[in-house]
Amino acid sequence: MSQSYNRGLIEDFSRWREFEAGMWAWIFHKFTGWVLIGYLFTHIAVLSTGIPAAGASEAALMAGEDVYTQTIVTLEGLLLVRILEVGLLAVAVFHMLNGTRLLLVDLGVGLEAQDKSFYASLILTGAITVASVPTFIAGAF
Amino acid sequence: MAERYSSFNAGGRMWFLQRVTAVFLLVVLAFHFFLLHFVNHADEVSFLASQARMTTLSYYSLMILFLVTATFHGVNGVYNALINQGLTGTKRTVIKWTLVAASAVLIVQGIRTANAWAGIGLY
Repeated sequence: MSQSYNRGLIEDFSRWREFEAGMWAWIFHKFTGWVLIGYLFTHIAVLSTGIPAAGASEAALMAGEDVYTQTIVTLEGLLLVRILEVGLLAVAVFHMLNGTRLLLVDLGVGLEAQDKSFYASLILTGAITVASVPTFIAGAF
Repeated sequence: MAERYSSFNAGGRMWFLQRVTAVFLLVVLAFHFFLLHFVNHADEVSFLASQARMTTLSYYSLMILFLVTATFHGVNGVYNALINQGLTGTKRTVIKWTLVAASAVLIVQGIRTANAWAGIGLY
């Protein structure tokens, strides 16, 4: 049987002090979801430079002088973009791990340990993000 | 009645699709990040390298499916979040169709871009 909960408004001042693990998981999942869909629109907009680039000459493409390659190379040359990419990875990894947690709970697995699995999601997100920093920053300096 | 908790709602087709796309996206998003950041590095991106991948039918098809499922999962997630915040009535209808239109634009633009790389004339 389906159930819905009245979680109240998260905007209510100082309610965060009362939040337990499940509420934080819900807020983080929502926040990371907003970031990811926002990024998807931005991502497709940037990749769209591939459309005019497809009309560039073979020589320009070989030399990497087309608008797509130039756009990506310029963006990737900015340290801020590299840092934002690490942030994007953290957001995506958390959403994936917490999403797995939600799928399992829906299948009847792990409800009694839902707080522990949330903390595990956070720790694993942190570990994967930190471990990925060298790869994401490579070539930025 | 509910011996165990589940957000499952019998007959909830959108609920089911949100979860099916979630499972698909878990695998494909991990693959996407791994391929484009760890196998191929971000600062080595070029039109020709992207083109080489996209001219492979399996990769092209996977990316189109990735685009469609990610758009559905993301936009449906936004819609659910807004309903959860109390969106109802005319506002709900207006926002629903705005989100549908935004999704359509995103998917069309994504396919145009994929076609440009794959050398398919429709872009």
